[in-house]
Amino acid sequence: MVQIFFTYFALVSIVAGILTVSLRSPVHCGIALLALLGHVAGLFVLLHAEFVAVVQIIIYAGAILILYLFVLMLLNLKTEERYFHRRHAWYITGVGALTVELLMVLLASRFDGAKGPATVEAVEQIGNSMAIGIVMFSDYLLLFEIVGVFLLGAIVGAIVLAKTPSQADLSGDER
Amino acid sequence: MVPVSAYVVVSAILFVTGLAGVLIRRNFIIVMMSVEIMLNAANINLVAFASHLDSLGGQIMALFVIAIAAGEAAVGLAIIIVVFRGKIATNVDQINLLKW
Repeated sequence: MVQIFFTYFALVSIVAGILTVSLRSPVHCGIALLALLGHVAGLFVLLHAEFVAVVQIIIYAGAILILYLFVLMLLNLKTEERYFHRRHAWYITGVGALTVELLMVLLASRFDGAKGPATVEAVEQIGNSMAIGIVMFSDYLLLFEIVGVFLLGAIVGAIVLAKTPSQADLSGDER
Repeated sequence: MVPVSAYVVVSAILFVTGLAGVLIRRNFIIVMMSVEIMLNAANINLVAFASHLDSLGGQIMALFVIAIAAGEAAVGLAIIIVVFRGKIATNVDQINLLKW
Protein backbone atom coordinates (compact mmCIF):
# COMPACT_ATOMS: atom_id res chain seq x y z
CA MET A 1 0.00 0.00 0.00
CA VAL A 2 2.76 2.42 0.96
CA GLN A 3 4.62 1.49 -2.22
CA ILE A 4 1.57 2.35 -4.35
CA PHE A 5 1.17 5.74 -2.69
CA PHE A 6 4.89 6.41 -2.94
CA THR A 7 4.90 5.59 -6.64
CA TYR A 8 1.91 7.86 -7.24
CA PHE A 9 3.28 10.82 -5.27
CA ALA A 10 6.77 10.45 -6.72
CA LEU A 11 5.64 10.15 -10.34
CA VAL A 12 3.15 13.02 -10.14
CA SER A 13 5.63 15.32 -8.41
CA ILE A 14 8.31 14.62 -11.00
CA VAL A 15 5.87 15.18 -13.87
CA ALA A 16 4.60 18.37 -12.23
CA GLY A 17 8.18 19.57 -11.78
CA ILE A 18 8.95 19.01 -15.44
CA LEU A 19 5.72 20.79 -16.41
CA THR A 20 6.62 23.73 -14.17
CA VAL A 21 9.89 24.14 -16.00
CA SER A 22 8.56 23.54 -19.50
CA LEU A 23 5.08 25.08 -19.78
CA ARG A 24 4.83 28.36 -21.64
CA SER A 25 2.25 30.41 -19.72
CA PRO A 26 3.53 31.54 -16.30
CA VAL A 27 0.11 30.94 -14.71
CA HIS A 28 0.12 27.33 -15.93
CA CYS A 29 3.60 26.99 -14.44
CA GLY A 30 2.19 28.22 -11.13
CA ILE A 31 -0.61 25.65 -11.20
CA ALA A 32 1.91 22.87 -11.99
CA LEU A 33 4.01 24.08 -9.06
CA LEU A 34 0.90 23.82 -6.87
CA ALA A 35 0.48 20.17 -7.91
CA LEU A 36 4.16 19.55 -7.15
CA LEU A 37 3.89 21.07 -3.67
CA GLY A 38 0.78 19.05 -2.80
CA HIS A 39 2.32 15.77 -3.84
CA VAL A 40 5.57 16.51 -2.03
CA ALA A 41 3.40 17.04 1.06
CA GLY A 42 2.03 13.55 0.41
CA LEU A 43 5.59 12.21 0.39
CA PHE A 44 6.12 13.89 3.77
CA VAL A 45 3.05 12.12 5.18
CA LEU A 46 4.46 8.78 3.99
CA LEU A 47 7.65 9.62 5.91
CA HIS A 48 5.71 10.19 9.17
CA ALA A 49 6.37 13.93 9.03
CA GLU A 50 2.78 15.10 9.33
CA PHE A 51 3.61 18.52 10.76
CA VAL A 52 6.00 19.34 7.93
CA ALA A 53 3.38 18.20 5.43
CA VAL A 54 0.74 20.52 6.89
CA VAL A 55 3.20 23.42 7.04
CA GLN A 56 4.09 22.69 3.40
CA ILE A 57 0.44 22.95 2.40
CA ILE A 58 -0.27 26.08 4.47
CA ILE A 59 2.90 28.07 3.87
CA TYR A 60 4.03 26.91 0.44
CA ALA A 61 0.76 26.27 -1.36
CA GLY A 62 -1.30 28.73 0.66
CA ALA A 63 1.02 31.69 1.00
CA ILE A 64 4.09 31.58 -1.24
CA LEU A 65 2.34 30.32 -4.35
CA ILE A 66 -0.50 32.82 -3.92
CA LEU A 67 2.15 35.54 -3.71
CA TYR A 68 3.61 34.32 -7.00
CA LEU A 69 0.19 34.26 -8.67
CA PHE A 70 -0.61 37.76 -7.37
CA VAL A 71 2.58 39.14 -8.84
CA LEU A 72 1.92 37.33 -12.14
CA MET A 73 -1.52 38.88 -12.40
CA LEU A 74 -0.25 42.28 -11.22
CA LEU A 75 2.42 42.42 -13.90
CA ASN A 76 0.22 41.20 -16.76
CA LEU A 77 3.03 39.45 -18.54
CA LYS A 78 2.71 38.66 -22.17
CA THR A 79 3.81 35.19 -23.13
CA GLU A 80 6.68 35.32 -25.51
CA GLU A 81 7.35 33.07 -28.45
CA ARG A 82 10.89 32.37 -27.35
CA TYR A 83 10.65 31.45 -23.70
CA PHE A 84 13.76 29.26 -23.51
CA HIS A 85 17.36 30.24 -23.85
CA ARG A 86 17.93 28.53 -27.18
CA ARG A 87 21.63 29.19 -26.95
CA HIS A 88 21.86 27.31 -23.69
CA ALA A 89 19.72 24.35 -24.73
CA TRP A 90 22.77 22.14 -24.58
CA TYR A 91 22.61 22.56 -20.81
CA ILE A 92 19.77 20.05 -20.90
CA THR A 93 22.09 17.40 -22.28
CA GLY A 94 24.60 17.99 -19.54
CA VAL A 95 21.89 18.08 -16.91
CA GLY A 96 20.48 14.76 -18.18
CA ALA A 97 23.90 13.14 -18.05
CA LEU A 98 24.36 14.52 -14.52
CA THR A 99 21.04 12.98 -13.50
CA VAL A 100 21.97 9.53 -14.78
CA GLU A 101 25.30 9.76 -12.98
CA LEU A 102 23.58 10.84 -9.74
CA LEU A 103 21.00 8.05 -9.94
CA MET A 104 23.69 5.40 -10.46
CA VAL A 105 25.58 6.66 -7.40
CA LEU A 106 22.49 7.07 -5.23
CA LEU A 107 20.96 3.68 -6.00
CA ALA A 108 24.23 1.95 -5.17
CA SER A 109 24.57 3.72 -1.80
CA ARG A 110 23.57 2.14 1.50
CA PHE A 111 22.93 5.26 3.65
CA ASP A 112 23.76 3.90 7.08
CA GLY A 113 24.30 6.02 10.13
CA ALA A 114 23.81 6.33 13.86
CA LYS A 115 20.14 6.02 14.77
CA GLY A 116 18.58 8.75 16.90
CA PRO A 117 16.07 8.41 19.71
CA ALA A 118 12.96 9.54 17.80
CA THR A 119 11.59 6.26 16.45
CA VAL A 120 8.13 6.17 14.94
CA GLU A 121 6.62 4.61 18.07
CA ALA A 122 8.31 7.11 20.41
CA VAL A 123 7.06 10.05 18.34
CA GLU A 124 3.54 8.66 18.05
CA GLN A 125 3.21 8.49 21.83
CA ILE A 126 3.27 12.27 22.21
CA GLY A 127 2.32 13.25 18.67
CA ASN A 128 4.42 14.60 15.82
CA SER A 129 3.75 18.30 16.44
CA MET A 130 4.59 18.08 20.15
CA ALA A 131 7.77 16.12 19.50
CA ILE A 132 8.89 18.70 16.94
CA GLY A 133 7.98 21.54 19.30
CA ILE A 134 9.98 20.08 22.17
CA VAL A 135 13.10 19.66 20.04
CA MET A 136 12.69 22.98 18.23
CA PHE A 137 12.38 25.06 21.39
CA SER A 138 15.25 23.34 23.18
CA ASP A 139 18.02 22.20 20.82
CA TYR A 140 17.19 24.52 17.95
CA LEU A 141 16.10 27.63 19.87
CA LEU A 142 18.92 29.83 18.56
CA LEU A 143 18.14 28.89 14.95
CA PHE A 144 14.48 29.60 15.57
CA GLU A 145 15.28 33.12 16.81
CA ILE A 146 17.64 33.72 13.88
CA VAL A 147 14.92 32.70 11.43
CA GLY A 148 12.56 35.12 13.18
CA VAL A 149 15.01 38.01 12.71
CA PHE A 150 15.58 36.90 9.09
CA LEU A 151 11.85 37.01 8.37
CA LEU A 152 11.60 40.48 9.92
CA GLY A 153 14.43 41.64 7.67
CA ALA A 154 12.74 40.08 4.64
CA ILE A 155 9.46 41.84 5.42
CA VAL A 156 11.15 45.22 5.85
CA GLY A 157 13.22 44.70 2.72
CA ALA A 158 10.24 43.71 0.61
CA ILE A 159 8.23 46.73 1.77
CA VAL A 160 11.13 49.15 1.18
CA LEU A 161 11.77 47.71 -2.28
CA ALA A 162 8.18 47.57 -3.48
CA LYS A 163 7.05 50.91 -2.02
CA THR A 164 5.88 53.40 -4.62
CA PRO A 165 8.42 56.24 -4.60
CA SER A 166 6.84 59.49 -3.46
CA GLN A 167 7.29 62.84 -5.19
CA ALA A 168 9.86 64.01 -2.63
CA ASP A 169 11.95 60.91 -3.26
CA LEU A 170 11.86 61.43 -6.99
CA SER A 171 12.91 65.10 -6.91
CA GLY A 172 15.68 64.16 -4.52
CA ASP A 173 15.53 67.15 -2.17
CA GLU A 174 15.48 67.19 1.67
CA ARG A 175 15.65 63.67 2.98
CA MET B 1 8.56 -0.22 3.31
CA VAL B 2 10.05 2.17 0.75
CA PRO B 3 13.86 2.35 0.98
CA VAL B 4 15.40 5.73 1.65
CA SER B 5 17.33 5.59 -1.63
CA ALA B 6 14.00 5.83 -3.51
CA TYR B 7 13.25 9.15 -1.80
CA VAL B 8 16.79 10.33 -2.52
CA VAL B 9 16.35 9.45 -6.20
CA VAL B 10 13.06 11.39 -6.41
CA SER B 11 14.76 14.31 -4.69
CA ALA B 12 17.70 14.18 -7.12
CA ILE B 13 15.41 14.17 -10.16
CA LEU B 14 13.42 17.13 -8.81
CA PHE B 15 16.60 19.03 -7.99
CA VAL B 16 18.02 18.55 -11.46
CA THR B 17 14.68 19.58 -12.97
CA GLY B 18 14.79 22.80 -10.97
CA LEU B 19 18.40 23.39 -11.94
CA ALA B 20 17.53 22.97 -15.62
CA GLY B 21 14.67 25.44 -15.15
CA VAL B 22 16.97 28.03 -13.61
CA LEU B 23 19.41 27.64 -16.49
CA ILE B 24 17.09 27.60 -19.50
CA ARG B 25 14.02 29.72 -18.66
CA ARG B 26 14.01 33.40 -19.56
CA ASN B 27 11.16 34.61 -17.37
CA PHE B 28 12.41 35.77 -13.97
CA ILE B 29 9.31 34.52 -12.12
CA ILE B 30 9.64 31.03 -13.59
CA VAL B 31 13.31 31.03 -12.57
CA MET B 32 12.22 31.70 -8.99
CA MET B 33 9.63 28.91 -9.22
CA SER B 34 12.44 26.59 -10.30
CA VAL B 35 14.38 27.64 -7.21
CA GLU B 36 11.32 26.62 -5.16
CA ILE B 37 11.45 23.19 -6.84
CA MET B 38 15.09 22.85 -5.80
CA LEU B 39 14.28 23.84 -2.21
CA ASN B 40 11.49 21.24 -2.17
CA ALA B 41 13.92 18.57 -3.37
CA ALA B 42 16.23 19.47 -0.50
CA ASN B 43 13.27 19.22 1.88
CA ILE B 44 12.45 15.71 0.67
CA ASN B 45 16.03 14.71 1.35
CA LEU B 46 16.02 16.21 4.85
CA VAL B 47 12.74 14.57 5.86
CA ALA B 48 13.67 11.21 4.30
CA PHE B 49 16.88 11.05 6.29
CA ALA B 50 15.14 12.25 9.44
CA SER B 51 12.79 9.30 9.07
CA HIS B 52 15.59 6.90 8.13
CA LEU B 53 17.85 7.84 11.05
CA ASP B 54 15.03 8.24 13.61
CA SER B 55 15.89 11.85 14.35
CA LEU B 56 13.73 14.96 14.35
CA GLY B 57 16.50 17.35 13.35
CA GLY B 58 15.85 16.86 9.64
CA GLN B 59 12.19 17.73 9.95
CA ILE B 60 13.04 20.91 11.86
CA MET B 61 15.59 21.87 9.22
CA ALA B 62 12.87 21.34 6.60
CA LEU B 63 10.66 23.80 8.49
CA PHE B 64 13.50 26.34 8.51
CA VAL B 65 14.01 25.82 4.78
CA ILE B 66 10.32 26.62 4.24
CA ALA B 67 10.73 29.83 6.27
CA ILE B 68 13.80 30.84 4.23
CA ALA B 69 11.86 30.11 1.02
CA ALA B 70 9.09 32.43 2.19
CA GLY B 71 11.56 35.26 2.78
CA GLU B 72 13.28 34.62 -0.54
CA ALA B 73 9.96 34.70 -2.40
CA ALA B 74 8.93 37.98 -0.74
CA VAL B 75 12.18 39.81 -1.49
CA GLY B 76 12.54 38.33 -4.98
CA LEU B 77 9.02 39.27 -6.02
CA ALA B 78 9.55 42.80 -4.64
CA ILE B 79 12.65 43.07 -6.82
CA ILE B 80 10.63 41.85 -9.83
CA ILE B 81 7.99 44.53 -9.20
CA VAL B 82 10.65 47.25 -8.98
CA VAL B 83 12.34 46.06 -12.17
CA PHE B 84 9.05 45.86 -14.03
CA ARG B 85 8.04 49.33 -12.86
CA GLY B 86 11.20 50.72 -14.42
CA LYS B 87 9.90 49.43 -17.78
CA ILE B 88 12.57 46.78 -18.03
CA ALA B 89 11.23 43.42 -19.19
CA THR B 90 11.10 40.48 -16.80
CA ASN B 91 13.36 38.30 -18.91
CA VAL B 92 16.56 37.60 -17.09
CA ASP B 93 18.76 38.18 -20.13
CA GLN B 94 17.37 41.70 -20.58
CA ILE B 95 18.11 42.74 -17.00
CA ASN B 96 21.74 43.65 -17.55
CA LEU B 97 21.97 47.07 -15.90
CA LEU B 98 24.68 45.89 -13.51
CA LYS B 99 26.55 43.94 -16.13
CA TRP B 100 30.11 45.07 -16.59
